Amino acid sequence: MPKRHAPSLPPSPPRADALAKALGAERYAFDARPEGCLWAGAFRPGALFGPEGGMAHGRVRGVDTTAALAVPGVLRVLTAADVPGANLQGIVHKDQPVLCGEVLRHAGDPVALVLAESPEALRAGLAALRADIEPLPGVFDPEEALKKGAPQVHAGRKGGNLLLGAVIEKGDARAALKSVPVLVRGEFSTPVQEHAFLETPCGVAQLLPDGALQMTVSTQSPFRDRFEIGHALGLNPFKIRVRAPHLGGGFGGKDGATVQCLLGLAALKAGGRPVRMVWDREESILAGYKRHAVRLRYALGAERDGTLVALSCRVVFDTGAYAHLGSEVMELSMEHAAGPYRIPHVRVVGRCVYTNNPIAGAFRGFGVAQVSPAFESLMDELAEKLGLDPLALRRKNALRHGDENCSGVRLTGSAQLTDCLDAVAAHPLWTTREAWRAGAPAFTRRGVGLAAVFNGMGYGRGLADMAIAKLELTEAGGFLVYNGVPDMGQGNSSAFALLASQELNQPPSAIGLVQPDTEQCLPSGSSSAGRTTYTYGNALLKACAAMRVKLLSRAAMALFCDNLEGMELLPGMVRHRPTGKSLPLAAMAGFLSRDDRVCVAEALMPVAQNPPDTGKSFFIGFPHLLFAYAAHLARIEVDELTGRVRVCDYLAVTDGGRVLHRQGFDQQAQGGVAQGLGYALLEDFRLAEGRILTGDLSTYLIPTALDLPDIASEAVEGCEETGPHGLKGVGEVGLNGPAPAVGAALYEATGARLRDLPFTPERVLTALRKKPRRRRT
Amino acid sequence: MKLSFILNGATVRLDAEPDRRAVDLLREELGALDVKEGCGTGECGACSVLVDGVQKLSCLMLAAQLEGRTVVTAAGLGTAEKPHPVQRAFAEHGAVQCGFCTPGMAVAAAGLLAENPAPAREDIRRAVSGNLCRCTGYVKIIDAVEAAARELAARKGKTEDAR
Ligand code: FES
Ligand code: FES
Repeated sequence: MPKRHAPSLPPSPPRADALAKALGAERYAFDARPEGCLWAGAFRPGALFGPEGGMAHGRVRGVDTTAALAVPGVLRVLTAADVPGANLQGIVHKDQPVLCGEVLRHAGDPVALVLAESPEALRAGLAALRADIEPLPGVFDPEEALKKGAPQVHAGRKGGNLLLGAVIEKGDARAALKSVPVLVRGEFSTPVQEHAFLETPCGVAQLLPDGALQMTVSTQSPFRDRFEIGHALGLNPFKIRVRAPHLGGGFGGKDGATVQCLLGLAALKAGGRPVRMVWDREESILAGYKRHAVRLRYALGAERDGTLVALSCRVVFDTGAYAHLGSEVMELSMEHAAGPYRIPHVRVVGRCVYTNNPIAGAFRGFGVAQVSPAFESLMDELAEKLGLDPLALRRKNALRHGDENCSGVRLTGSAQLTDCLDAVAAHPLWTTREAWRAGAPAFTRRGVGLAAVFNGMGYGRGLADMAIAKLELTEAGGFLVYNGVPDMGQGNSSAFALLASQELNQPPSAIGLVQPDTEQCLPSGSSSAGRTTYTYGNALLKACAAMRVKLLSRAAMALFCDNLEGMELLPGMVRHRPTGKSLPLAAMAGFLSRDDRVCVAEALMPVAQNPPDTGKSFFIGFPHLLFAYAAHLARIEVDELTGRVRVCDYLAVTDGGRVLHRQGFDQQAQGGVAQGLGYALLEDFRLAEGRILTGDLSTYLIPTALDLPDIASEAVEGCEETGPHGLKGVGEVGLNGPAPAVGAALYEATGARLRDLPFTPERVLTALRKKPRRRRT
Repeated sequence: MKLSFILNGATVRLDAEPDRRAVDLLREELGALDVKEGCGTGECGACSVLVDGVQKLSCLMLAAQLEGRTVVTAAGLGTAEKPHPVQRAFAEHGAVQCGFCTPGMAVAAAGLLAENPAPAREDIRRAVSGNLCRCTGYVKIIDAVEAAARELAARKGKTEDAR
């Protein structure tokens, strides 16, 4: 059993980065403006044919650069012919041209890159470019794309439009579903979601005289970027240096190359001058990666007492024009398709399909956000059918430590979903729900819904989830943590500084941070998958332990002590307690060589031993071993006249193992819920034949301060024994709860089960018309 | 045109195209990199500055509109040694995650408190509703503005007592 209720660490100081950011002093990639820099911008003709036109699939017959080159200040116009190397980027599948020379596969595909002396010249140059593109029939629906004779997104590709078909199977769900006493089924759909990070993709790059390419970029994956850029542009990845300062948000959308390859190409052709590229908001929405839209078909069977017996699920993923992380996101979806429950018979079938829609990829909640509304809606339906309390039904079936989950993995880590559910059950927002509902004002209806969710941590089997921490004693006697995993806002680097200050017994002011830089820091994977603080944190703990031993033993030598007994590391010094002799760290730094002032240590996330004999078609990532869990509750009010939904109260209770920094923990919970509520209610990404109809922030609405309630966050304190001080990653799980919790509340308020996200006023009104009044139970 | 205005307490004089966007003038000419840009179309609030004490979107203002004005950006609200109560409260109350919205948010909050020293939570929500934050869910931002209001009130109490 995992240890319960381990003592909490002392209250934590504010994040190390917070004040500098509040003062406006932090510098992002967006703020990098090297002296004499050029400006680069991509020409994306598919989006250019007026609001009614545009083209998502076409053959590139030519690009007319004459007029653009005549614009004063325009230096170069590059096309596919100018790209050295494979001209293909992609994290796992290399299928996305840096510049398209033959085919446009979605409306945001670029065919040319302009280099100019100023932003004004760049704009004029881009406006003067003309492309001759022959329209091709496109395919915009993944199920249509799988039909015989459908237009091929990657002509001649083996497998056609099917990027990946996969099955996860345990027991015999088909047979079991035929004989279960109670069965519920449903079809669901979830939409595209745009990350809408406040800092759009951007960076600067420069080719140095020795042929090395250096780049400062808003990226979640600096170490991997080198390989993506190197492959695309025919460069030695080890001659590429990538720096990742604090990001202005990422959420998955900056995992993999956005500007990187274009920027690298621009730098190669800039005669050694630095080049800057910033996507504006419209370009970010047009060309950036999105959350996959998914269609889901479910059947769930149970015994009359509510014991879950069998689940079958089919998902169809629209990955858009390029693979990006499509297969990997679908893997997570499938692995979580049966919910955080014990079900003996499970069959999940997935198909990930190319279309001419915008490119889909990683987004917080990575595939799990898409299945959560579906499995939780069916749990509610089942509870109603059986006359059971929805919370009790979940509690009865909730996965616990030691259980086998739905893909056949034995849960050896901490799993405290039942504690999360108990905390919700005891909460006044839940216990007073009947009275609250009955108090609905005129023309409004109220409902209360809950959701149980989870999210796997780390890369899963097949791709080592490793981090390498580097720690240096500085000449001044302080310490520098060389962070290897970008901080996109989640505060991991502050957490590392806090860990180091605690482990080394030094004041926070003695700990400095070097943000990811492929030259100074060591490869530690991407900032993603709820792994960042877990994996790097574990590595850093080891590095701190090594540093402590090093300092004590070097001091013992200098203080003429025979062994380390009685030696202690104190703020700013090492002391020999018995004699009271001490040595300042600054003095030690003076006589230690640079090599000896550095400690390096790595950590690897554990993976499932004896993996189940299923999910064979996943190249990497199946299965996961460790999960964060959460129970969420939403109280909503529906306006009967407008269909508008107001979220009045929201509670997220999260099992993230031991809580290292309570404020950071709550930040993750609240931020995830906010994006999840946007996903549930507001964010209505519209496409027509591959063209984006919601291409800016006035048409694609994300929540403002007036759209969200005071989101309450609670922690069930546990301990994940493999984690740094018992911690698990909580970055993802918070996003998965709002859509199902709001969906359940909507059912209670309206009597209608809405199965297509988002729950817009139009959809809610339609549902209200069909169910004019509902009997209260 | 010749342009002169006060930026964060210092008079600046420069030559600028009158139709240059204020955000570009501030960032590119004057190095005020604390002023962010998240959309360029008035939707996100990241470019917020105080002009004569009132929150304005610098991506929607032209250089000429700054003539003779007093402009305060986040960096002009306070310093590391002497942060504005809003800035200190943002840091202490966890209102900062990625921080890209934060300078604009701090400007909006400071503008609110100058006008309404004791805002209710709903007032704060309304005041920052033109500033998008994708990271926080706003709860801690509103907490921080409340805390800053309390701190400002306490300070005022002290100075009044001293009189
Ligand atoms: S940049 Fe001015 S409002 Fe977004
Ligand atoms: S803190 Fe990231 S957008 Fe507000």
